[in-house]
Parts: sequence; structure tokens; C-alpha cells
Amino acid sequence: MKVLSEDRTRILFEKLTKYIGVNVKLLIDRPDGTYCFREKKDRVYYISERLLHLAQTLKPDHLIAAGTCFGKFTKTNKFRLHITALTYIAPYAPYKIWVKPSAEQQFLYGHHIIKSGLGRITENTPKHHGVVVYTMSDIPIGFGVAARTTAECRHADPLATIVFHQADVGEYIRSEDTLT
Amino acid sequence: MDIVNEILEREQKKAEKYKSITVDKHLEVDIDVGCLLASDTNDLDSKLLEKSKDIFLQALTRDNTQLLLNKIWELPTERADEAIIVKLPEPKTVIPRAKPVPKPKPLTKWQEFAKSKGITKKKKDKLQWDEQLQKWVPLYGFKKAAAEKEKNWLIEVPQNLDPMTDMYEKKASEKSEKVAKNELQRLKNLARSKKVKIPRVGLPVTSDKANATQLETAATIAKASTASLGKFQDKLPKEKEARGKGIHELIPGKERKRKLPIPTPQQERENNLSMLDSILSKRPKIDMDKAVAKHINDEQVQRSEEKRNTKSPKAGKRKTKGGNATNFSAKKPKAGKGQRNPSKKAGSGRKRR
Repeated sequence: MKVLSEDRTRILFEKLTKYIGVNVKLLIDRPDGTYCFREKKDRVYYISERLLHLAQTLKPDHLIAAGTCFGKFTKTNKFRLHITALTYIAPYAPYKIWVKPSAEQQFLYGHHIIKSGLGRITENTPKHHGVVVYTMSDIPIGFGVAARTTAECRHADPLATIVFHQADVGEYIRSEDTLT
Repeated sequence: MDIVNEILEREQKKAEKYKSITVDKHLEVDIDVGCLLASDTNDLDSKLLEKSKDIFLQALTRDNTQLLLNKIWELPTERADEAIIVKLPEPKTVIPRAKPVPKPKPLTKWQEFAKSKGITKKKKDKLQWDEQLQKWVPLYGFKKAAAEKEKNWLIEVPQNLDPMTDMYEKKASEKSEKVAKNELQRLKNLARSKKVKIPRVGLPVTSDKANATQLETAATIAKASTASLGKFQDKLPKEKEARGKGIHELIPGKERKRKLPIPTPQQERENNLSMLDSILSKRPKIDMDKAVAKHINDEQVQRSEEKRNTKSPKAGKRKTKGGNATNFSAKKPKAGKGQRNPSKKAGSGRKRR
């Protein structure tokens, strides 16, 4: 478990602020203990200090993962969020999208959300901002990037893409072996 | 008998002048003949020492010296030019050095390489038989240059060269280059042994045609050689930075950073929070996209409301076929369908074409 380098920390935080804005501070500044980000094989893990100390007793070769995987750094040094980060992103996300039950399956199979599947959307969602996707019964099922603002959505035609798919809970089954 | 007594007495008197060569010691004196060293381990007589210090010490020294000389006389002697010579044995006593052991001379780069590869120097004969001259020619030094001159009275110009080249000049320049290179290497070795850091200046240009990597390196260095270390230089679409051994050090502003120690949890939290603050403060105060979208949204809402207000009383009239300018249809407009307004247009008058 490596400490993230300064530029990598910056890249990670920049990505996280796209989804949860100022609330990233709440991830670091927690009342129930110190939490930190650690890196192993380009994957970033969100881990409590207590658990980290326990993990350090293991030989690095024998340790596969510890904590919650937030995502990974690509070979071009960009950060990509994994669906495993959803539990931490969903409660803090300022911009949300609710999909109709009919469009849920489409999204969970890895497709973008089109206008016809849009149930509700947070007011004033900016373009290209990270949004968390909910079902109509308020269960988070993934996240993506807003392709249109809320205002533009109103006038978009039914087949226009509203949210670009990035991750969904279906990945727990679809890409089980690459998620850690 | 008188004579005998007289002689004996004289001898005794003579002997009294000199002290005896046999010395008695309670403990045997430790003698190292190789170092000409005698160390007396017997106790000093404190009473005598107090009473007459100098006389006592002198007597003691004489006795010990006597013992040492006795030991020397036991060794085999030689005679050379009226002097008696003794060869001393190896010294037994270990004497510590006054100065540290000299360090071995630092190896030159070639010596280091040869050592690692196991290359040993082959001894060459000082003289070599020259078939052409039919005589022995030294490897270097006296008479070598003369022999060389005699041998190379004529040098052929190779086919691939310009026929007008001066081969003698070429040979001389090659030689001077070799000398210069050797001198440079000597200085480099010297600097390495003295641990002096030599700055690497520019690029080593060995020929008039630089190769691709050299050019790449030169371009990368030139780019980074601005006041802002090349931060604002334009980039070609598929441009890559030069890489390789020693190139990193040549590029300005590319000094390797030392790895920072692992921060404590508190420190790390502080660092993370400060970084987050810097990221969050960087975002523009007014999101232009958002502002524009909001403005458009407001306008649209306003317009639609206006429309609703104006249209609502006329709702019934809307269904009338044609007659309304806002009713766009795919059909081509035709004459005679519109309403005429005779009051608007003066009916009289010639139709102008």
C-alpha cells in the first residue's frame, strides 16, 4: 500500500470533486476516525487508519486489496472511478438523476440513459458534471456524466442521450474479475 | 713476584676504571634486537631514586644498555673496511603507525572496466621487426618517428575519398584528435578520483551529421531552456520527450525529486485538506455554462408564459384553417386564400411592374 504521490492525489481529488463537489472534505475529515487513500497496483483504496495498520502486518506480495477500491489510474495517468466507490459517492452527490423502471435494465446493461428513460433530474445540473443515477425508489444504481443540462433536457428529443454511462451496479456481475 | 704483583695491581686499577660487562638482574630484561629495544620490567629502588635520582638512573641505563650490547655481540659479525658489521634480525615488537595507511590509487575508468571484464595487460616487446624496412623498429619513442616517416614516404588515397585529400594532413589530424581525447579522458579520470563534479555542457557532437536521438535530445533541451522551463512551449501532435541515459540531467528543471517520507495520518489529512482547498478555490466563481443555461431557461419560461397569456383568449380562433401567419404547414402558400384588407391598400392606381 503506497501513499499517493502529490500529483496523483490531485488527479483523484479533481475527479471526486466532479461527482461530490465540496463534500470530498467529508470523506477525509471524518469524526469516526482518520481515513486515507492508498494505492496498490495503480488502484486507489479508501481505508481507515486502523485497518491500514492491520493491513501493514501482511507481506505486500500477499496483500491483494484492503479497504474500498475507489478506482484506478490508467496508463496515461488518468483516474477512473469504479462502481465500488458508489457507496461513498451516492450520499454526497449534489446532482442526481432518477431513471424510470423501464429504463433501469438498459442502464444496468451498460447503456447510456436516453431522454425517454429519464424520470427526474436535479434542478440546474450543469453539462459534463458527474451525476449519480437512482431508481425511482431512491436506490443508487450507478453514476455517469450529464450530457445535457437540466434546461436542455426539457427540449431534447426522446432518443437523445441525457447521461453518459460510466459505472453501474451490473458491473459487479459483468466485470467481477477486474473489480477489486 | 714484585713484577707480577705490580702488573696485577695495574690491571686491577685499569679494570676499576671500566665497569663489568656482566649485569645481574632479578628479572630478565626483555630485549628486541631488531628494534634495538630493551625493556626492563624490574622494580625501581624507590629509596635510591629519591636519594640520588640522576646517578641511579644513569647506572640503570648503563646496565640495560650493556645487556643489549651483549646480545648484539652474540650475533654473527662481519668485517668490512675495518668496521664490524652485524645484521640485525627482524624486529619482534609491533610499533603502531604514525600516519594512516595510504589509500590505494583510484582506478581509471579503463582499469575499472578491465578489472570487471578480467582483461589483463599483455606485455609487448619494445622492438618489433618491420618486414618492409627490414629492421627492428621501436614501439614508441626514439627512432619510431623516423622509421614511420621512412615507411610512409607515399600514402595511397582510398577510392572512396576525394583524390585531392592530403593523406599526411589527415593522418596528423587523426593523431592529434587521439591525443586530445586521451588528455580529456585523463582529466576526467583525475576529476573522478578527486570527486569533482564536472558539468555536462551541451551535446557531444562527434560528427557533422548528428543522429536522430541527438537531434531529439537537442530539441528537448532547447525547448526546456526558457525562463519558464518550457512550460508554455507549443507541442507537436506526436512529439515525445527525449529519453535515455544521462539525458534527464541535461534538461533544465528536470532534477529528480527526492522521495518524501511517509507522512503521519494527521499530516496526511492536513495535506489532503489543503490540496482540496486549492482545487476547490480554482473553480470559477461563476460557472459560465450554468449561467448561460439558466438565462436561456428563464427566457424560455418567460416566453412560454407570455404565449400562454396572449393565446388563451383566442384559443377558439386557432383552429381556423389558414389565415394565420404563425401556422406553418408543409403546403405551398397559394394566392387568394388570405384575407384582403381594402382599407390598407389604395385600390386606385396603376399596377406597376
